[in-house]
Amino acid sequence: MKKVVGVINLVDEKNNLSELTNHRSFASVPFAGRYRLIDFSLSNMTNASINTVAVFTREKYRSLFDHLGSGREWDLDRHRGGLFFQPPADDERKSDGDISSFYENLSYFKRSLSDYVLVTNGQLVWNVDFDQVIQEHEAQNADITVVYKPCDDPYTSGRNYNVLYTNDDERVDRLNLDVEALPGDNVYLNTFLMNSSLLISLVEDSVKTGKYDSINEAIAGSLDRYHVHAYHFGGYVTFIDNIESYYRYSMEMLDPNVTQELFYNKGPIYTKVKHESPAKYLESSNVSNSLVANGCIISGTVENSILFRGIRVGKGAVIRNSIIMQKCEIGEGAIIENVILDKDVSVSPGETVRSEDQPRVIAKSTVI
Amino acid sequence: MSKKRCVAMLLAGGQGTRLGKLTTRLAKPAVPFGGKYRIIDFTLSNCSNSGIDTVGVLTQYQPYILNSYIGIGSSWDLDRKNGGVSVLPPYLGQKGGEWYRGTANAIYQNMYYIKQYDPEYVLVISGDHIYKMDYSEMLDYHEERGADATIAVLEVPWHEASRFGIMNTDDEDRIVEFQEKPAEPKTNLASMGIYIFNWKALEKYLTEDEQNPESSNDFGKDIIPAMIEDEKNVFAYSYNGYWKDVGTLQSLWEANMDLLDDDPSLILNDPAWKIYSVNPNQPPQYIAPQAKVTRSLVNEGCVVYGDIYRSVLFYGVHVGLGSTIKNSIIMPNVKIGANVTIENAIVESGTIVEDGMTLGSNDGSISLIADGEIVSVPK
Repeated sequence: MKKVVGVINLVDEKNNLSELTNHRSFASVPFAGRYRLIDFSLSNMTNASINTVAVFTREKYRSLFDHLGSGREWDLDRHRGGLFFQPPADDERKSDGDISSFYENLSYFKRSLSDYVLVTNGQLVWNVDFDQVIQEHEAQNADITVVYKPCDDPYTSGRNYNVLYTNDDERVDRLNLDVEALPGDNVYLNTFLMNSSLLISLVEDSVKTGKYDSINEAIAGSLDRYHVHAYHFGGYVTFIDNIESYYRYSMEMLDPNVTQELFYNKGPIYTKVKHESPAKYLESSNVSNSLVANGCIISGTVENSILFRGIRVGKGAVIRNSIIMQKCEIGEGAIIENVILDKDVSVSPGETVRSEDQPRVIAKSTVI
Repeated sequence: MSKKRCVAMLLAGGQGTRLGKLTTRLAKPAVPFGGKYRIIDFTLSNCSNSGIDTVGVLTQYQPYILNSYIGIGSSWDLDRKNGGVSVLPPYLGQKGGEWYRGTANAIYQNMYYIKQYDPEYVLVISGDHIYKMDYSEMLDYHEERGADATIAVLEVPWHEASRFGIMNTDDEDRIVEFQEKPAEPKTNLASMGIYIFNWKALEKYLTEDEQNPESSNDFGKDIIPAMIEDEKNVFAYSYNGYWKDVGTLQSLWEANMDLLDDDPSLILNDPAWKIYSVNPNQPPQYIAPQAKVTRSLVNEGCVVYGDIYRSVLFYGVHVGLGSTIKNSIIMPNVKIGANVTIENAIVESGTIVEDGMTLGSNDGSISLIADGEIVSVPK
């Protein structure tokens, strides 16, 4: 069996989820009632027996560091390998592309004596079988395998992504970075498997020549020299790039078919454990079409909403079409509609927090 | 091993005969409780929260599930370099070996384990009870009183007193008499099966007890009466919180239902005293548009389309459309089809209930659905 090491590359993350990414990295944005976005890619790695994983990060990594800890929840507290949390070694490189982070960590790749490096990011919500990617990479005798998803979602078309084009053999012959995706286009998921020795030389060359600033540019510029295979991911995946899409994909978690695929059909998704008691529904609770995490105590009405861990919903309170993050308190008779409450928000009895069209975000620890 | 002030010995070999088929494959401490826990989580969490980081768990009956559940103790923060949790099953030595003959004999056979930590005190507890207690406060009391042994006691209703070990104390809380399950109890101060001993004293009494062929090698029947007879300093430590021996299907059912009160006497979500358990990694529960869930506890991984009233659902339970569950405990990974009615029942882990079935009744009995069979007992 070939040895694979993983990288969760957060260097080029955008911080465009307004208040949700004011104080945390994109990858540590809470999602689906009890997870952080990074849990999905990290668990996918664990489920493929990849037990050496580095997290490349550049800024706002405090909450992420707290979340990941020793990596124990993902089975990444290992003597051989394990979790490597890699903040920037050098502050002055902040404006550089991610190639400098790969360069800073060359010793990680060299020392791991791995055959392949699997690189993904921390913002995709998906349950992908990386074993299949590895198998296909070997079967195709590829140098690089990039993972894509056809853009079949009316929401994604017209927005900017990295788009790839293949020939009949699923070999990539063009990779256009940051271009408008049209329906039917193949969106590259910023996830690739590369032979380790190739990655090392590609990074060294890029830095030496100054030709490429990002790892994706280096791949896009190497298509004629190397065999770059395209792996078609056929499962569920999110394209979260602003609050609207965050809200929209969150609400898709209320579809049992989606959660079945994400959480039950393949390997489990791990997250930090909080040891909350089971959710408690009191006499006057009225919950429908909602996702509820443990530690909640509900006396009010909850409809089409997502409740994270440890939320109190008072008597007569109504929550509709909303996302309520960890440890929020909703007082008696309060009305919450169409909003995203970040952690620790407290809504006093009788207050109304509502927005008409766009979901509104209430910042962490706000008291209303 | 470096010295420890106090080592805990947790008796977890109980068969739980009165729990019927629930304990066919698991020991009583491993029986699921409260939507998320196993009974032993309460004592392990108490140890961890009380700062006792060295716990020997004595297993005997059906140990596999318990062993794998405890693992290296990381769920309770008991994975320690010095101390931590150790599972102590009966063993064979050069001179042969034997099963644990009684609670005292179980500790006697593991004195080597205690000795390596050279403790001042030994806390003896049982993994059969549901309660939250700060053992460090009891330990302080034990020290203040200069006791040789301290027994935690609580007042039980007089009509139940003859089911317990009953203490007679003087006005300084010194125990002057101990009767195990007396027909005519003199007080209603019952032993909670929680003992703190000075290790040197315990070592002496365990060794003497072992040499007495007449002894039943039991703490309540032999060790404590012997210490009282010798006029050792044996004190009662009063406890007035929630404590329940969930030894029967009725009491297991009641203790679960107690959690559903608006202000339950046993609080599970106190951030200062969390009850830890092994996490099954399940997504949040999904409550469908057609569902109605009231006065219930529901754990992660549940998918509910039906009506749930006054019930406890463990992780991974599915309840189909048109089904009604009332006054029941549904253990992990039970799959309930459509149009099912379940009332006053305890459903064992992994049971599959097919569409349209009716289980349990409202005739005042509790039904246990285990191993594909239904057994009813009076409530």
